Amino acid sequence: MPVNSFSRNEQYYFYGLVGIGSLLLALGLFAVHAMEEHGHIITGMNNQIVWGIPHVFAIFMIVSASGVLNVASIGSVFGKPMYKARAPLASLLSIALLAGGLTVLMLDLGRPDRIIVAATNFNFTSVFAWNVVLYSGMFAAVAIYIWTMMEQRMNPWSKPVGLFVFAWRFILTTGTGLIFAFLTARQAYGSALLAPMFIVISFTWGLAVFHVVQSAIYAWNGKTHTPEIVRRMKNLLGIFILGSLYLVATYHLTNLYFAHQSGFERFILKEGGIYPQLLWWGYGLFGNLIPLLLIFYPGMGKSRCALLASLLVILGGFALLYVFIIGGQAYPLNIFPGYEVSSSFGDGQIGLYSPSLPEFMLGMGGLAVAFLVILVGIRALNFVPHDKPHVAGASD
Amino acid sequence: MSDTDVRRRQFLKTSVGAAAVAIAPGMLLFDMAHGKTEAVSSKVRWGMLIDTANCADGCNDCVQACNKENGLSGGLSPTDSQWIRKVELNDMRSGRTLALPMMCQHCAEPPCVDVCPTAASFKRADGIVLVDKHLCIGCRYCMMACPYKARSFVHEPLHDQKPDVPRGKGTVESCTMCVHRVDKGQQPACAEACPNKSILFGNLNDPDSEISRKIRTVASTQIRADLGLNTGIRYQGI
Repeated sequence: MPVNSFSRNEQYYFYGLVGIGSLLLALGLFAVHAMEEHGHIITGMNNQIVWGIPHVFAIFMIVSASGVLNVASIGSVFGKPMYKARAPLASLLSIALLAGGLTVLMLDLGRPDRIIVAATNFNFTSVFAWNVVLYSGMFAAVAIYIWTMMEQRMNPWSKPVGLFVFAWRFILTTGTGLIFAFLTARQAYGSALLAPMFIVISFTWGLAVFHVVQSAIYAWNGKTHTPEIVRRMKNLLGIFILGSLYLVATYHLTNLYFAHQSGFERFILKEGGIYPQLLWWGYGLFGNLIPLLLIFYPGMGKSRCALLASLLVILGGFALLYVFIIGGQAYPLNIFPGYEVSSSFGDGQIGLYSPSLPEFMLGMGGLAVAFLVILVGIRALNFVPHDKPHVAGASD
Repeated sequence: MSDTDVRRRQFLKTSVGAAAVAIAPGMLLFDMAHGKTEAVSSKVRWGMLIDTANCADGCNDCVQACNKENGLSGGLSPTDSQWIRKVELNDMRSGRTLALPMMCQHCAEPPCVDVCPTAASFKRADGIVLVDKHLCIGCRYCMMACPYKARSFVHEPLHDQKPDVPRGKGTVESCTMCVHRVDKGQQPACAEACPNKSILFGNLNDPDSEISRKIRTVASTQIRADLGLNTGIRYQGI
């Protein structure tokens, strides 16, 4: 499409996108209404797979919301000018993703109408309750951070506030990892490794999401990435991919070493049907190997390769979470070690789960919330990265 | 006294009388609804000892009694509530088979209570673990945390509930140890229904109770004792 015709009609395209986002959101809300009306019976979830596709969407967005701030932290905390120019956009993405993820999480509750109870009745031993504080605190901290960056008089505060946000999101992602790490009786979870694993994974997904959004903004405005920026960001993405791959591999390898975990690993890595397929092909090949080739293979690593790598990382992320959350529940609890068990309640059986349309609609509705916040945010305020020339010697 | 004063007195008298008549039945019902006034005490810890050797293969009387008592549908689909279920066990090394009823183990250190964000899952002073249906937001984290798969989520609208056993669509539920019966001095429905008297219900804290005496003399186990949850349900013969 010629650039001229695009810029002439730009606002129609913008409202078109708002329309698509709103439609997806409306479909999501319709699904919520149907789930309220009929109960969770219309979802694929049951008494064994209690968390399903909505949680895959929600946790992807919440983990990415924390990781995307890495871009801001490298700018504010470590003083890299290239990243500092991107800190406001990263902060907007963080708020948008957090809003999307929490929307899904809250609307999937059995009683979403009672959400206020989570604030009025607080159980201090519950990591879920801690996360209520961590998530709402994150909104406030990032909003203040954006203010310190955008309001010139507040600029001196952006570094300390940036540092605070940096620390806060570390604790936040630790909290997300701990939701699973504290489930001692489940074979798939109950490992302290999950907290650091979630942190490193958040870096990868966050940067991938950032890169996709940034590429879209550049394309929309007819700008092109400078090769230096592409080179740096894709190399960083490559390192994060390797880091998260290392932790995911360590988690499975340690499990393989424990005799009592070998049944679970055999299920997840080999015999579990959809789960090993998604893990090896979805996460391993498409989420790691191909992106790494696109980034590091000689002759690759140009702007398009980096964009494709980022999209594949996001896809791989969904695959990994599906295996982790749903595969982890599908493997039966080992209530009677050493016994073969059977019952009318699925004891000793692999849990069956087929995601239903309302669940996908709810998940997509959450993505639509994030999409709309980003779209309107960029339109209304100055979030587009501005790279200043001659910044090589600048210290912050 | 003027006419106005008399009328005013008359009016006040009638009003007070009418108010008393209006409030009295409510007060009476309020009092009745409260039931027993004394709180449950931690001097009592309710528990069960289940003798698996006497638990007959194929017998489902405890499950049926539970369903009837608590108004459960008795459906067996993965979305139906099952507060108690019969589990068939087969020892992989020796080939020995046995069956036992499995339900909420009423842990002294219940993981469901630890993880519940709103404190809807709670443990009574007498050790019975319950869900407050007014506080449960239906997040299902307790179902993830329970090592015994003891909890069910209400997936569908409910009809014909039992007045003594409140349930709610979109909330989590599990065996209440028939708390409404226990508070009236009765036994849980499953214990009463067992034809072989395999389920012995009683106070674990009373050294003279039948259950305590039996636990002192026979070998009993807690399921997944390695987790250190100190369950209120004990099993004999596993």
